[in-house]
Amino acid sequence: MGATVAVNSGHDTSKGFGKPFGISYGKMMMWFFILSDALTFSGFIVAYGFSRFKFIEEWPIADEVFNHFPFLHGVDAPMLYVALMTFILIASSVTMVLAVDAGHHMKKNKVITYMFLTIIGGIIFVGSQAWEWKNFIAGGYGAVTTKSGKLLQFTDADGHRVPMNTFVVASATDRVHHEASNGLWNVNEADLPPYAMKDVVSSFAANPNLRVRTQQLTEEGEKTVLSRVESVEALKRGVRSVEGANLKENEYGHPLFADFFFFITGFHGFHVLTGILINIIIFINVVLGTYEKRGQYEMVEKVGLYWHFVDLVWVFVFTFFYLV
Amino acid sequence: MAQEVQPFFFGLLKPKNNISKIWMVFWLLSAVTIFEVVLGLIKPDSLVQNRIVGMKILNWIFIILTVYKAYYITWAFMHMDGEPKWFRRSVVWTGVFLILYLSFIVLIEGGYIYEIMTSSFVTRDF
Repeated sequence: MGATVAVNSGHDTSKGFGKPFGISYGKMMMWFFILSDALTFSGFIVAYGFSRFKFIEEWPIADEVFNHFPFLHGVDAPMLYVALMTFILIASSVTMVLAVDAGHHMKKNKVITYMFLTIIGGIIFVGSQAWEWKNFIAGGYGAVTTKSGKLLQFTDADGHRVPMNTFVVASATDRVHHEASNGLWNVNEADLPPYAMKDVVSSFAANPNLRVRTQQLTEEGEKTVLSRVESVEALKRGVRSVEGANLKENEYGHPLFADFFFFITGFHGFHVLTGILINIIIFINVVLGTYEKRGQYEMVEKVGLYWHFVDLVWVFVFTFFYLV
Repeated sequence: MAQEVQPFFFGLLKPKNNISKIWMVFWLLSAVTIFEVVLGLIKPDSLVQNRIVGMKILNWIFIILTVYKAYYITWAFMHMDGEPKWFRRSVVWTGVFLILYLSFIVLIEGGYIYEIMTSSFVTRDF
């Protein structure tokens, strides 16, 4: 019956603290906001899936992109850092739910402690995301784009990736980056590629153990490494070298991959940031004793719902960007 | 909110109070995440090469475990288990239905466009 019949609807809802249908109005609206936000995020993630299915061949393999770990330079550690980030966010969710529980028992000091820990956890998470972005933008290996926008990456004879800056010898050039301040007024130029194409070709020719890796996926779900002869032939189609990632091009795969990465993790990071800010506001109110005087800690519960939702979204982002 | 704490995880975990339940759920979620990462690092051949309904078994496992984690976050952390039934349904089913519908229709379209692009007479790799 509870699912079909309005229950407890006789309450006075006019003062903002009413409970239509047996649920406090504020909590109900927080849930409906979360539902709409969940649909927004699923729209983004489904759009990511659409582009990935459309360009399935050019999509990078996540393990090769996200393989950094703090203080382990040059060590290939795929996924461990995001796993740690997930762990941090779940832990901050736990301290939040402990704060809500302490609020139900009207233990002010416990609420203060747990909310403080939640805020700290959130700040650590946002910092981790910034570090992740930094590595993503800087890149590590470099690649060459062809005229059609496909990528050519470099490996040794065994198929291991070789960073471009270890073999490309840049020739002297007097080409400088044009900036608005020193040339035509108010005219900017896009960043120059890290290496001139002729240097890449000549350096590649000088290192006979190098191979070119295309984006074509093999049956085993790995990228195809060409033979030496095919590699030299393929490199003739290259037009420009790329290093790192921006919104127009990246060294990992299709440009849309970086676009979605920036947009979805950025939008999620923005949610975490606002979550931290709202948490801080509620934290100050708890310290001031606002909810103690009000006689209930429902505001902590409401902000807790939002914070758990941020965690919930991250669980899906983690799966679709890093695992699948 | 002084309701009885129910056993969960197939009735195997019987928390004494709310706080011990919260910690149990935390360790459960962490264990699932670690399991996912280990599976993603090993990538067992049998799970990568075999497919069910066009998707690798490994990916099915990841997605099902993600929904499993989402269930515990919503039910245990967000206290959805304590809300009235009509309210729980109005939030959960709306979301589940619309998301399933959207992903079904958009992903099919993405796969279709890939087919068109690879089987056409125009090369896209030059």
